[in-house]
Amino acid sequence: MIELVNIRKSFEGKEVLKGISTSLEPGKTNLIIGASGSGKSVMMKCMVGLLRPEEGSIYYDNRDFLGLDDKEVREIRREIGMLFQGTALFDSNTVQENIEFPLKMFTNMTAKERLDRVNFCLEQVHMQGINKRYPAEISGGMKKRVGIARAIAMDIKYLFCDEPNSGLDPVTSRVIDELLLEITQEFKITTIINTHDMKTVFDIGDKIIFIYEGQKWWEGNRADVKIANNKELKAFIDASQF
Amino acid sequence: MLLFYHFGKYLLFLKGMFTKPEKFRVYWERTLHEMSNIGIGSLAIVAIIAIFQGAVTTLQIAYQLISPLVANPVIGSIVSDSSILELAPTITCLVLAGKVGSHIASEIGTMRVTEQIDALEIMGINSAGFVALPKIIAGIVMVPMLIIISIFLSNVGGIIAGQASGILTPDEFIQGARDTFRTFNLIFSLIKAFTYAFIITSVSCYYGYYTEGGALEVGTSSTRAVVYSAVLILFSDYLLSQLLL
Repeated sequence: MIELVNIRKSFEGKEVLKGISTSLEPGKTNLIIGASGSGKSVMMKCMVGLLRPEEGSIYYDNRDFLGLDDKEVREIRREIGMLFQGTALFDSNTVQENIEFPLKMFTNMTAKERLDRVNFCLEQVHMQGINKRYPAEISGGMKKRVGIARAIAMDIKYLFCDEPNSGLDPVTSRVIDELLLEITQEFKITTIINTHDMKTVFDIGDKIIFIYEGQKWWEGNRADVKIANNKELKAFIDASQF
Repeated sequence: MLLFYHFGKYLLFLKGMFTKPEKFRVYWERTLHEMSNIGIGSLAIVAIIAIFQGAVTTLQIAYQLISPLVANPVIGSIVSDSSILELAPTITCLVLAGKVGSHIASEIGTMRVTEQIDALEIMGINSAGFVALPKIIAGIVMVPMLIIISIFLSNVGGIIAGQASGILTPDEFIQGARDTFRTFNLIFSLIKAFTYAFIITSVSCYYGYYTEGGALEVGTSSTRAVVYSAVLILFSDYLLSQLLL
């Protein structure tokens, strides 16, 4: 379980996160929603340690993430997979090399075992047979799926996704949503998704955290979102309807 | 103040880089790949520069020195010693700062702005060590080799130019080069090569690693890497000459 306690983060004197406290439900899809610039990406980067908050604590199964040394942080990070907004695939490597990279670094698997694992991961994201292609040779939606495959190559406990639907058409967005839900349920991992796509919220959100101007403005489940008596949340949802 | 800020950050970057590799074999493979990139990839430009450098130096020394009172082999000794002491290591490394340095800074800078370095961190990999260490080791191994080749080709260029212009024969050139050859000069040249290799690769890795923004900033980092590497090469050239000669 991931727990955030009073997280504060500023950039050049401007406070972006203003004391956020919340917990993420294990084995579920946790969605962080909010407008652009609300602080949700900063919050996610703080959670994975790419940014260090000035105040507060982050606990991974009661382990104080911010109080650990570099080596211990790396140990926790091996339990984490992340899908970046721009996918962050290594562009000089093939799809297969991208997915097997963490396996090469952290396991003693043979080449055959690694290939089997790569094929298994590609199968999970319905992308079989593209092992030898380079990221530049595949579409945006395919890159996202390869990014998910790379994230799950190791036995992870937490999957972080930063705007997984950005830049994708509505059909591909739904495919990615379904994939994330499938993977969360099948591997029993805790998935944390940053999004402002309300369709994603209504389709796959188990727990929803609404961030407004750097503060946790509302949290609840997807059934509660529609009936929430919160002016800013309602405005955000209404702006997404068409 | 900014100078001290960057110097401190650079030292911390180097400190963070030297940790135990997660998987030695992967680092080793990357180092071999970088050695090929830096060494084999720079061979042609180094060879061209060295040959013309030797040839032009021979012609210019001859232009200044030719007189009945100066023996022809003196030209060979001056060209040879100049190549070993200064021209081959410094000029070659200034060119390598442009070629290799900009390549390193733009490669790492692009990895930074496309979140590939963040991806390495999330996987639990020491990203500074992973992207920079193989390049620095490869540079330290390959640049001195390039300098040795450069010294040799510089002399070859001098011999060709001397012969082609009728100024001195190859035998006279070689005789001059051998007469004044000192092993220490070669050692000094290699000390310079190691120092410059470290400067080029580490400074370029530093500027690439701390790139912030997008494509424009990658270009800026690349330019800074080349400029600061060149300035540090010239500064350390003076310092090493003062200390060791």
